[in-house]
Amino acid sequence: MKQGRMKWIMVVFALGAIMTLGACKKKVAPPPPPPPPPPAAPTASLTSNPNTVEKGKSTTLTWETTNATEVNIDGIGEVKPNGSQEVTPTDSTTYHLTAKGPGGAQEATARVTVTTPPPPPPPKPSATEEELFAQNVRDIFFDYDKYDIRADQAGAVQADAQFLNQHSHINFTVEGHCDERGSTEYNLALGDNRANAVKNALVQAGVSASRIKTISYGKEKPFCTESNEQCWQQNRRGHFVYQR
Amino acid sequence: MTIRNLKFYIARHTIKLYLRFTIRMHRKKRLSQTGSSTWPVVGLLFLLFLAIPGFTQEDWIRTGTGLAVEKIRLAVPDFKASTNDAKNPDLLKAFNDTLWNDLDNAGIFDLVSKSFYPLQQPGQPADVKFDTWNAPPPNASMLVFGNLGVSGDNVTAQGWLYDVKNSASPPVLGKQYQDRASADAVRIIAHRFADEIIFRLGGGIQGIAETRIYYVSNHSGHKEIWAMDYDGANQHQITHLGSDALSPRISPDNSRIAFSALTNSGWDIMMYSLDLNRMVSFPHFDGTNLSPAWTPDGLHLAFSSSRAGDPEIYMVDASGRDLKRLTNSHGPDVSPVWNHKTGAQIAWVSGRTGLPQIYTMEADGTNVQRMTDQGYAVSPAWSPNGQFLAFAWIRKYGPGEPGASDIYLMDIASKQWVQLTHDGGRNDFPSWSPDGRHIIFQSNRSGSLQIWTMLADGTKQTQLTFTGTNSQPNWSWK
Repeated sequence: MKQGRMKWIMVVFALGAIMTLGACKKKVAPPPPPPPPPPAAPTASLTSNPNTVEKGKSTTLTWETTNATEVNIDGIGEVKPNGSQEVTPTDSTTYHLTAKGPGGAQEATARVTVTTPPPPPPPKPSATEEELFAQNVRDIFFDYDKYDIRADQAGAVQADAQFLNQHSHINFTVEGHCDERGSTEYNLALGDNRANAVKNALVQAGVSASRIKTISYGKEKPFCTESNEQCWQQNRRGHFVYQR
Repeated sequence: MTIRNLKFYIARHTIKLYLRFTIRMHRKKRLSQTGSSTWPVVGLLFLLFLAIPGFTQEDWIRTGTGLAVEKIRLAVPDFKASTNDAKNPDLLKAFNDTLWNDLDNAGIFDLVSKSFYPLQQPGQPADVKFDTWNAPPPNASMLVFGNLGVSGDNVTAQGWLYDVKNSASPPVLGKQYQDRASADAVRIIAHRFADEIIFRLGGGIQGIAETRIYYVSNHSGHKEIWAMDYDGANQHQITHLGSDALSPRISPDNSRIAFSALTNSGWDIMMYSLDLNRMVSFPHFDGTNLSPAWTPDGLHLAFSSSRAGDPEIYMVDASGRDLKRLTNSHGPDVSPVWNHKTGAQIAWVSGRTGLPQIYTMEADGTNVQRMTDQGYAVSPAWSPNGQFLAFAWIRKYGPGEPGASDIYLMDIASKQWVQLTHDGGRNDFPSWSPDGRHIIFQSNRSGSLQIWTMLADGTKQTQLTFTGTNSQPNWSWK
């Protein structure tokens, strides 16, 4: 009994000695002290939004810096470390930001492109006239198999003639069109009669015949391709085309 | 649908209905032998009730040349292979199909159905067993037979026409052909042999198996002039203008096509040479120039021109010179055609009184006669014998009318007419075959505008083109 207790004590002691020795070994070489941290280098960013503007319009510059004590933007001067500012460059400009601090200097740039709006086109008389022509000259519609100017189309003919007389250097073509019914050849002849009926009515209203070309498309180039009266009426017409 | 068509429609469907009844009745019979005898009676009564008014009031008239003559019963067994070349089966089939179609299309034969032929069919004169052909079931009057063989690059065909009712002296015709071994060549051989048979048995009128059709097709994306064989084979593009080409008319010597095309200056008469395979010059006229038509001697053309502000019929020589005006009335004047028998009259379309009507006049513009009395009549075509006008007519035009355009035939002397197409749709632009037995025309009855052909009595209407849109057919002269 006594011997057994001794054995325990010895074992505990031995274990304790081993553990103590092991622990002591680690502490043999203490780590060197860390070097003092260098002063942090500054960071900087500069953006512009939008980065393309029309001349006379402004854009917003936005910058962010860290670890900087002095922040400069060329052309603006010293600014706060973080901020934004509206600028209105007259020409395309590269904004240049310098951020200085104990840790050094950092630069950032932002390019703002200034576009010059295209100069308003000089008033071209022909283009305007073509538009006016399209707005003012109305097509003349016909009854089935007829080529005489319908009573309800006489007003349109007079209005067309008035415009064309006011714009006396416009040359134009009258196209004769027909609906899909009937024969190809007859419709081409009928379309020719329609184009000439419109031409003759304009000539009677004072438009010079030398300004007017006529062509028949018969049923070859329909405006509308359904087989109903509404569509057919759309296709029975004298159609005006501006001549460049 | 007119009342007449409606009746026909009903009659046709009643027959179907009756057939359905009888079929049902037979089925029932198999199930039970009782109570079935009333069905055919009901079916027959129903058929009679509806069909009699339809058929008895029917007044379609068949006209044409040689219709009173009984058609010759012609037996045409397939030609036999005379060599064992690998190309033989294909070429033999092309030959046999073409020959059968040509003889069938001719309209003057009663082709004996192949199911009636004896098992042993001749390829040589020595093989002909007369009593198997000249007695029922084939009961043929005439027998066409022969052989075809490929050797090397060449094909040889031998064909005979035998009068099998006259066994003492049967040969009517014996022909031998040689050509390069190709499907096109054997089709031409078949056409030639068919034309020989038609010439011998058809009253001395030349066959049409070698004729062509010129027409307008939009296959290329534009309306261009195309050509095909008379049976619809060999379709090919002629012009490549890239605009719109219309109204092809082949010259009587088959050397040039006059047509109308959209150019920078409007619609001009254009000329294509089939000898040179290119466009040849033709003078420009102001205005809209349409629908050229050759005189039978090929020396002049009539056409429609609005050069003076209103579409009128003019005449020029074949080079476009020596312009003469033939009509003088306000409104459209268009689509002239010559009387090819005399070369002295023109039929054309005029809108001088409103809706277009068919007129005739002398070649100098005198003696104007109005031919049609109502409706919308266009596209005249003068028959080769000078006797008839075929034309397109919406006879009853107006609100609520069906508005179908059909092909009609008018006897010029009496102005009596018959209707040739009845199947609805827009049928237009008839053109006669040179033998006067056929009319080709355009129709949209199949759902798209296509070219159809028929016998001049309106029977055997057959579609020739199937893709794209195809129109304004013009039959060559020989």
